[in-house]
Amino acid sequence: MSTGTRARGTTYREAMREALREALRSDERVFLMGEDVGRYGGCFGVSLGLLEEFGPDRVRDTPLSESAFVGAGIGAALAGMRPVVEIMTVNFSLLALDQILNNAATLLHMSGGQLPVPLVIRMTTGAGRQLAAQHSHSLESFYAHIPGIRVLAPATLEDARHVLAPALADPDPVVIFEHGSLYNAAGELDPAAGPVELDRAAVRRPGTDVSLITYGGSLPKALAAADELAADGVDAEVVDLRSLRPLDGATIAASVARTHRAVVVDEAWRTGSLAAEVSARIAEESFYELDAPVERVCSAEVPIPYARQLEEAALPQTADIVAAAHRAVD
Amino acid sequence: MTASRPTTRPRKEPSSAKPGRKAAARRSGAGHRTDLLEAMLRIRRFEERCVELYSAARIRGFVHLYIGEEAVAVGVTGALEPGDAVVSTYREHGHALARGLTPESVMAEMHGKATGCSGGRGGSMHLFDASRRFYGGSAIVAGGLPLAAGLALADLMRGLPGVTCCFFGDGAFAEGEFHETANLAALWNLPLLLVCENNLYAMGTALAREHAQTDLAMRAASYGMPAWAVDGMDVEAVEQAARRAVGGIRAGAGPHFLELRTYRFRAHSMYDPDRYRDKAEVERWKSRDPIARLTERMRDGGELDDEALARTEQRLAEEIDHAVTAAERAPEEPVGDLLRHVTSAPYGEVSRP
Repeated sequence: MSTGTRARGTTYREAMREALREALRSDERVFLMGEDVGRYGGCFGVSLGLLEEFGPDRVRDTPLSESAFVGAGIGAALAGMRPVVEIMTVNFSLLALDQILNNAATLLHMSGGQLPVPLVIRMTTGAGRQLAAQHSHSLESFYAHIPGIRVLAPATLEDARHVLAPALADPDPVVIFEHGSLYNAAGELDPAAGPVELDRAAVRRPGTDVSLITYGGSLPKALAAADELAADGVDAEVVDLRSLRPLDGATIAASVARTHRAVVVDEAWRTGSLAAEVSARIAEESFYELDAPVERVCSAEVPIPYARQLEEAALPQTADIVAAAHRAVD
Repeated sequence: MTASRPTTRPRKEPSSAKPGRKAAARRSGAGHRTDLLEAMLRIRRFEERCVELYSAARIRGFVHLYIGEEAVAVGVTGALEPGDAVVSTYREHGHALARGLTPESVMAEMHGKATGCSGGRGGSMHLFDASRRFYGGSAIVAGGLPLAAGLALADLMRGLPGVTCCFFGDGAFAEGEFHETANLAALWNLPLLLVCENNLYAMGTALAREHAQTDLAMRAASYGMPAWAVDGMDVEAVEQAARRAVGGIRAGAGPHFLELRTYRFRAHSMYDPDRYRDKAEVERWKSRDPIARLTERMRDGGELDDEALARTEQRLAEEIDHAVTAAERAPEEPVGDLLRHVTSAPYGEVSRP
């Protein structure tokens, strides 16, 4: 555990693993379940070593049965456990969408408040690794659409390290999206960072000229864009939504009130996206603050292709964000 | 045996499992048959009243009647203990009443009232009672099965003696969720009783028109679990089979599957014109009515006379009258509480309409 006060080097993957280790150590009700989380060490290596430390009951390899093991997580949560269920990718999660939407998200309400479901589901999302059209999508908005679940997108080392404990403490289902391009992100973990405030967005870089509003795997691109814009004399603020449901409307509105211009960056397809939701909020709540139309930078409306140049062209890139910011400011 | 298979409960052969002597004594004999009869009659009379109330537009939504299948709910739940869990389907009035939910709380729910067992948010298809470990009706065919596996997994991991009983139909047997759950339960040796109510129709589609192989118990057995086909129109046969299965599960023999061959006498739902069944077939099954069958058996054995039956009917009629009156008088949930129970604590702007 990183209990020291000295900053130390880590990766997003290790931070997430440390959070799992801490949860498994501190609460015997917690167990991890999913495809290849045990002996293989997790498809993306997040749970490597945890089987050896906690044994096969608590780091539980499942058959390739997304619906059954997600549903089993729901049932185990109802009966007093605190399961963490890992789904390899968001594309595969569609096989469990019935359980997530029709059971996890509805049981509390449908039972008149009798059956809270304290379940955490983790899954990988996003493109950028040439994995083509069935391993690369960003379907966060599907989940953010659903009342009754909380949707989180940790994008920094600190959030990766500190999102799990408050998620497990939430009495209701929480879905955590881990962008595949972030696992190798490395750096110093801020020793002062505490548990993530689940309802709050975070301003990652203050600025005065334009708000770049984003989440997950697009955060590093937005920060890079802000650096380029600074060189052009544009002072960009970067807002990391972090919580996709509920949306922190207050932080978004406060940022727009400072900058009067907004660029929403979202790796999902534009139509019906979170970027659409955020833009609508700005139109509803900050219309008179705006000095320019809201800009959106989203993925092209195409199944994500394999070839490098096609994939890059399909995804929001730093240059696209810079260009959108200039359109808003100029 | 793989490393991931939990070993909390020793794995035993089902044949070694026998219900406790005390439980067996309590569950046999004339007094017990009287209880079984009353439990089945309660469901039958309750649902007959539901038909009247539906026709009078006092209750709405989908209403799926269980009439004809009462022996299944009563026989199976008769083999369960209070600490066991039950997961049900959308045809669940019988399961709920047999599990001990009061006619009053179920009737209030069907009226959409605040006093209903789900606070008026569930209706006929979503009855819940956490205090009885009744995890409710799922209206997604087979959707309750994975959840039931999880309840069983939690009991197993926590070292509790509970058995989870999951009801579903022959239609659910065609869903992937059944097969995923059967595999998972057998792989992990879960204390799960899979109760397939084979009433021969998935809504309007006959068994042979939806299954390439219609011997469901045989197919379930292929997952490596004991699986038996049972006469679902004989409440005592159902209870005996369920007791044997539950005994095996509690002894650590893992999941068991019961295929209960039964029949619904009424249409699929109140909307269903029932054009897909031969009238003669319906009449043939009605001649095997589980209530008439037990009544006859009890009369033959001198355990029941007209007077006793009339007294039971009278008591049930009063019970249901009371349930209807109470439901009609019960308060409605205020519209201001619309968003209550979406999350445990209210949060954020997205929960506002």
